[in-house]
Parts: sequence; structure tokens; C-alpha cells
Amino acid sequence: MAKVIDGLFYSESHEYVKVEGNIGYIGISDYAQHALGNVVYVDMPDVDDEIEAGEEFGAVESVKAASDLFAPVSGTVIEVNDALDDQPELINQDPYENWIVKVELSDKSQLDNLMDAKAYAKFCEK
Amino acid sequence: MAPFANFCMPIQYRNIQLEHLAVRHKCGLFDVSHMGEVTVKGQDAERYVQHIFTNDVADAPVGKIYYGMMCYENGGTVDDLLVYKMGENDFFLVINAANIDKDWAWMQQQAKGFDIVLQDRSEFYGQIALQGPEAEQRMEEVLGLPCREMAFYTCKTIDGVIVSRTGYTGEDGFEIYASHDYIQRCWDKLIDAGVQPCGLGCRDTLRFEVGLPLYGDELSEEISPVMAGLGMFVKFDKPEFVGKEALAKQKAEGPAKKLVGIELEDKAIPRHGYMVLKDGRPIGEVTTGYHGISVDKSVCMALVDAEYAVLGTEVEIQIRKKVFPGKVVKKQFYHKSYKN
Repeated sequence: MAKVIDGLFYSESHEYVKVEGNIGYIGISDYAQHALGNVVYVDMPDVDDEIEAGEEFGAVESVKAASDLFAPVSGTVIEVNDALDDQPELINQDPYENWIVKVELSDKSQLDNLMDAKAYAKFCEK
Repeated sequence: MAPFANFCMPIQYRNIQLEHLAVRHKCGLFDVSHMGEVTVKGQDAERYVQHIFTNDVADAPVGKIYYGMMCYENGGTVDDLLVYKMGENDFFLVINAANIDKDWAWMQQQAKGFDIVLQDRSEFYGQIALQGPEAEQRMEEVLGLPCREMAFYTCKTIDGVIVSRTGYTGEDGFEIYASHDYIQRCWDKLIDAGVQPCGLGCRDTLRFEVGLPLYGDELSEEISPVMAGLGMFVKFDKPEFVGKEALAKQKAEGPAKKLVGIELEDKAIPRHGYMVLKDGRPIGEVTTGYHGISVDKSVCMALVDAEYAVLGTEVEIQIRKKVFPGKVVKKQFYHKSYKN
């Protein structure tokens, strides 16, 4: 059973956003890391890149396949998780602790379009 | 599970890496019943095989196996296959599942004027592949199939069951062809004995690491064995075979494109169809690529314009929006450990 954490916002493409004030930490859910298998590479944007809700901003690669990352919200990248360059497997170990990018949210109302933990858990069961 | 050549095939049973490493260090079991089998018998059987097959089976001892291709007149590849010599004028051909219909039509078309009986036995035969350094021991102890004395690329028949020392992983191993019932029993015994079942996922990563081609990636109607660097399986001293003239011309003039290995500095993964560039200009395409499991590097095979096929050539690969530097290397990223 995939782990879902309360208080985060989830997209249908299995990214999450953890919000602290105006800052969002974006990563992939436990369900997504399970489905991918061992992560061997994370393709991340650069700091200062603008990402747009619903648009691709990078990719997570397992041995099997490359899986695009879609931005759950729009914003400006203020930090990328450099630890994933050398240890992409951190995503498998704890996807919620190991976020991929940290963004300054440009429109917090976009969070309303995402699912809460309960709705996401139900979504994953389908 | 995924659809593959009309079969529903498992990509992995547990995890690709784990299955891959089981084959490299212990052994793993593959259900490859999807593969096609065709028998060629009759007084012209050898002459016919010589006609459609690029390798040379003349005067082969019974029990010997050959790898090679069937080509079109223009040198393009119909399929790559194994030819088992079961007896005088009695051959067993193992072809790719995705190509069974196409190959069968081609073989029948080429059979005119030969006194042979061709049979498509793909529906009858199930097949498993037991691969890895412990395969020999498991064959004998779990299945009771004596195989210790068998040389690589030879076969024998035990009570109607065909056993060969062959595989598609770069490791020692065996393949067994028999009725689906028999194959199912072998599978169950091996699994009960604790052998790791392996899916199509690691079948691809294993064969890729040792530079073995996959039809559809490294060989195709457009990619000839000469372009794919498989010229050693094309015997030009044979009097005749389909595609000989075109392939001899390619070999003499040098093919326009060649298959190479490319190693990336970065961990980004080059995958099938990605573009290979030189100074920003497209020079070819990736045929297969992975983050190698036994080698821990991002590597690929790619078909590039021949002038860039020289070892050490610096190239780039476009991966999504970015371009990553790499260099041309040998297309064998891990050493085979076959039994001599």
C-alpha cells in the first residue's frame, strides 16, 4: 500500500506539493516511485527556471523508462535537490523527504485544483 | 505485464535490477515460449538453409548451432535467428516472436524449387531459458537433464526434448524446447527450487550490456548485419545466399551507417530513438540505451553516419531539452562469460 501524507497536495500525474508559506516543495508520490521501480536519474530544471502548472519540467528515470514530471503548480525554481544527482535512489527510499524542486509559488489558488491526501489515496486505488 | 508479439509478457516479476543481477551472479529463469520455431527437413534442407541464412552450415556436425540472419536481396534484415542442426538435412530454426508471420511467409516464398518440408512449430513448442553461472548445476540437479559435457552453441535431444547451451544474456546457460506441458513442469520445478523468475525487462538489459542485437532496434529491414557490425555471421565465401551481393558491396565500400557504442559522462539515459549529434548536427539515432546495471554508467548503442563511428569520437545526445556529451566506445559494455 502506497504511503500518502496528510497536508500535501497531489496531482493526477502523481506529483505532490508541500506548501510552506509561499514556497512549494515538489516531488513524486510514494505510489509513483513504486510504479517506476529503482530510480537511476532525475532530470531537473535549473534555478530561476519558470515552471507552468500542467507542463513538463523534468523527468524521473528508472531502468524501464523515462517518466516526465509535470508541474502541479506554477512558480519560479529557487532550489533543486542536488543530492539526487549522486543518489537518485533517495526518491525510492523516501519520496516525501526527498523533494525534487523548491519553487516560489506564483498563484496559490492553483492548489485548489489538486487533491488532498484522502482524495489522492482514493485516486490511487482506481 | 505488457503486450508483446501477441503474447502478454511480464516485464518484471519483482524488480529488473534484482533479476538482472541474479542472472549475472547465480541464475535466472525466462519463459520465452513466445519465440518461433520452424523445422526444415527433406533432401534439400541443407541447401535451403544455406540459401536463406547468412552463416555457413555446410558439413556441420549434428548438434551444432549457428547464429546468423535472413536477409532481403537488398541486404536489409528479415530476422536474426539460430539454426540447430538436428540431423542430416534436418534443421530447427528459432526466430523472433514479433517476426513469425513475416518470416514464415518469407521462408515459404524462398522454398520454391527446393525439395523440403517446412513446418511452423511455434504453436507447439514452449521454451524456457535458464541463464547464469549456476545454470548447469540447476539443469542437472533440479531437472535431471545431463548437460555438463555440452559445449556452447550445441544441442541434443533427450526423449524428444531439445536442450541447447545457448542464451541471450552473455552468461552461460541453456534453453529447453518442448511441449507446453513439459515446459510448465520444468518451470514449476525450478521456481520451487528457488530459481529467480526473470521478465522481459532484464532480458533486454542483459543482452544490451554484452552488445547483443535485438531485431527492431539494432537490426531491421533498413539495418543490415554489415551495418550492425555483425559481418562475422555473414559468410561471403558461400557460393550463394539471399542478399549476398548487396552485403558484399556494403562491406567493400563501407556501409553509410554503423552501429556503435556511446558512453555518456552524465547519468541521463539515452533511449531508443533519441538523436545523436556532432557539433549540433544530427548524425544518427540511439537504438537501445540504459543506465547499465552491471556497469553503473549511462550507455547506448546507436546507428551513426560511418565517419563518426571511430572509437573515441566525441558526440552529443539530445535527451529531452538538453544535450549531453559522450564518446564512441566498443558496443560491449560488460564481458560475456560463456562456457567454451
